[in-house]
Amino acid sequence: MRPRSLSRHGVTRLSTVSLAALAVVALSACGARVDSGEAAPTAAESCVDTSGDTVKVGFLNSLSGTMAISEQTVHDSLQLAAEEINADGGVLGKQLEIVSEDGQSEPTVFAEKAGKLITSDCVAAVFGGWTSASRKAMLPVFEAQDSLLFYPVQYEGLESSPNIFYTGATTNQQIVPALDYLAEQGTESLFLVGSDYVFPRTANKIINAYAEAHGIEIVGEEYAPLGHTDFSTIVNKVKSADADAVFNTLNGDSNVAFFKEYNNAGMSADEMPVVSVSIAEEEIGGIGVDNIEGQLTAWNYYQTVESPANEAFVEAFKAKYGEDRPTSDPMEAAYTSLHLWKAMVEKAESFAVADVVAAADGVTFDAPEGQVVVNGDNHHIAKTALIGTIGEDGLIHTEWSSGEPIEPDPYLEGYDWADGLS
Amino acid sequence: MTVLSALARPGRTRTLAAYGLAAALLLLAPTVLSPFRLDLLAKFLCLAMVAVGIGLAWGRGGLLTLGQGVYFGLGGYLMAMHLKLADAGPGGVPDFMLLYGTGQVPGWWEPLRSPIAAILLILLVPAALAAALGWAVFTRRVRGAYFAILSQALAAAFTILLIGQQQTTGGTNGLNGFRAFFGYDLADPANRLMLYFIAAAVLLGMVAVAHQLATSRFGELLVAVRDQEDRGRFLGYDPALVKVVAYVVAAVMAAIGGALFVPIVGIISPADVGVVPSIGFLIGVAIGGRATLLGPVLGSIAVSWAQTSISEQFPSGWIYFQGALFILVVAFLPGGLASVAGVARRRRTAERSRA
Repeated sequence: MRPRSLSRHGVTRLSTVSLAALAVVALSACGARVDSGEAAPTAAESCVDTSGDTVKVGFLNSLSGTMAISEQTVHDSLQLAAEEINADGGVLGKQLEIVSEDGQSEPTVFAEKAGKLITSDCVAAVFGGWTSASRKAMLPVFEAQDSLLFYPVQYEGLESSPNIFYTGATTNQQIVPALDYLAEQGTESLFLVGSDYVFPRTANKIINAYAEAHGIEIVGEEYAPLGHTDFSTIVNKVKSADADAVFNTLNGDSNVAFFKEYNNAGMSADEMPVVSVSIAEEEIGGIGVDNIEGQLTAWNYYQTVESPANEAFVEAFKAKYGEDRPTSDPMEAAYTSLHLWKAMVEKAESFAVADVVAAADGVTFDAPEGQVVVNGDNHHIAKTALIGTIGEDGLIHTEWSSGEPIEPDPYLEGYDWADGLS
Repeated sequence: MTVLSALARPGRTRTLAAYGLAAALLLLAPTVLSPFRLDLLAKFLCLAMVAVGIGLAWGRGGLLTLGQGVYFGLGGYLMAMHLKLADAGPGGVPDFMLLYGTGQVPGWWEPLRSPIAAILLILLVPAALAAALGWAVFTRRVRGAYFAILSQALAAAFTILLIGQQQTTGGTNGLNGFRAFFGYDLADPANRLMLYFIAAAVLLGMVAVAHQLATSRFGELLVAVRDQEDRGRFLGYDPALVKVVAYVVAAVMAAIGGALFVPIVGIISPADVGVVPSIGFLIGVAIGGRATLLGPVLGSIAVSWAQTSISEQFPSGWIYFQGALFILVVAFLPGGLASVAGVARRRRTAERSRA
C-alpha cells in the first residue's frame, strides 16, 4: 500500500500542472478585443446546402413545458404550411425538409436550439418562438450567425432586428386599435389587469400614455405572477373601481381563474366588458364558454373571417388534425410566415439571407386574414385589426374592423402621444 | 503504469489517473468538436461547477440544498450586469433599461461598471448571503427536510423578485445580448475557445479544491457532522461552523459557474435560476454519485449532454427520460453511477465466497 500523503501530493501536483497548462492555452487562445480596432472575423460562413433537391428549414417551438399547449398549435400549422408548399412543388423547385426542435419553454434552450439549427443542421430559416423572453434570447444568436427567424406571435413592439421577420401584430396593430375602439364606444375609465412579465408591462405603459392623451382615466393597474390562479383580491378591486371596461393582458391559466372569479363576483360583459389580447379560439375551451361569452378580444384573425383563403386554411387544418381543432391568430400568423418566406425566396431567386432580406420589401401573400404586405424597413407586416366578440359557439365573431391593413409601426413613431415611450 | 491500469486500481491512484484523464480529454475536446458543440460543452462545464459544490455540501455534509440556483443566479446576474454596463460604455445605459425602465442606471448597478469590483462582488455577495443564511439556520439546528424546504423557498423568492423588478433586472426576459467579455469580442471564435479553456481550468481547479477539502481534517469533520452531529458536538467541535463553511464553499462554486455561464451561453433569465433548475442541478449529482469526488461532475455533464442529445432526437421526450432515470437511480443505485463498480465488485466477491 502506498503511503497516503504521497498520493495526495500527487493529486495536488497533477492538478497544478494541468491547471497551468490550461491557463497557458487559454491565454494564447485570445482573439480580437472590441476596443483594439482590429476587425473580428465574422461568424462562420453560412453552411446552408442548396445543391440538392431539398432545402432544410427549422421549426423551433416549445413541445414540452408550460408553453407547449400554445406552441404545439403553431407547430401544427407550420407543418400544414410545409406540406402544402411541398405538394405545390416546393420552394424554387426544392422540397422543404423540416428539422424540429423543442424549446422546452425555456429561453436558454431556445438560444441553444437556435444555434444548433443554424450551425449544425444548416437550415435556411427558422420559424417559431412564442414568449418575448424566447425571442429576446434567440435574437443575438440570429444576428451573430446572420440567419433568419420568423416570429409568429403578437408582441410588445419596440424591436426590429434585421434578422427577424415579425408576422404577428405589433402594438399599433392590436393594442392601439383596441383602445381606439373603446374610445369610440365612449369608454372614459379603464382598469388594467395583466400577468407580470414584459408584454403586459409594456402594453400597459402604452395604454397609460394613450389614456392620458385621450382623456381616459386609468382607475387601477394590477399584476399577477405568471400561472397565478387566485384572483379574488384583484377582482374585488376591479369591482369596487367600477371602470367602464377592463383591459386584460393576462396570459395562460390565469385567464381561467380570472374569468371564473369575474362571473362569481356578479359582473358581466354588459356591465363592464373585458378586452383581452391573449385569448384566442384555442383558449376559450379551457376557460369555458359560459365564463367568457360576450367578452371582447383584439386580434388580426379569427376562424370566422370570411375569405376564400381562410375557408381553404380552416378546411385543410381540420382535415389534417380533426374537426374539433379551432384555428387562431398565432397559428394563422405562423402559417403565413412560411408562405411569406417562400414568396421572398422566390422573388430573390436565392436562399441566401442577404438576398432574401433585400427582396422582402413589398412581398405579399393572400393570407387567411386577408392580404398581408411585408415592410422591408422594420420587417413587420401590414395587418388589419379586428375586435371580436366571443360567441356561445366558442368562436370569435368580428365586431369591428380597421377596414384596411395598418402599416406596422413597432416604435410608435407615428403617434404623438407615444413620444418618450421608447 | 498506464492510465487504464491505474483506473482499474482502487483508491487514490485511480482518482489521480481519472483526474489526469479528464484534464487530457478537456484539452483535446476542441480538436474534435465543432464550435457549436464546444460551446455546449463549455456550458455543461459551468453547470458541473455547481455540481462540485453540491457534492461537497450534500454528498459530504448531508446538506440537501434545493436552492443552489440562487447562488448560480447571483453570480450570473452580477456578471451579466457588468457585461451590460461594459457594452453600454462609460456612463452608458443598458439597452433594456431604455426600453422598459426609466432610462437611468439605478445606483446599485453602478459599482458593477468596474471589472475588478464585478469579480469581487461575484465572489463576495453569494458568500455573504450563504454565510448569513447558513449561520442563522445551522446555529438554530435546523436540518434535514426543513433546511431543504428553506433553501427551495429562497430560490422561489429570488425568481419572483427578479421578475417583479423588470426595469432593473430585465424581468422574465432576463439579461442577454452581450457583445464583449472584459473587452474580448464574444463573436470571435478564438475568444469563445478561450472561454472554453477558462471554464475547463476553473472546473479542474474546483475539483482539486473539493478534493483537498474532502481529504483534509475539515472533510473528516464534515462527514462526522453528517453522520453523528451530536457526537461531533460532544467532542468539542462546532457543527454549525463546519456546515456554514461547506455551504459557503458550495455557494461560491455555484456563483462562479453562473458567472462563466453568462458569456458562454449569452443569456441569464429567471428560468435558469429558479426551483426547477435548482432541482436539475441535484439530479446530475445524485445520478453521478453524490459522495464521490468526480461523480457529481460526470453525472452533471452526462445529464446535460443527455438532455441536449435526447431532445434533439425526440423533441418533447426528454422530460420523461429524466424522470425515469432519476427514479431508477434512486431506487436501485442510491450511491449513483459512481457506485456501479463497487456494487459489481461486491457482487463478484459475494459469488466467489459462495463458490
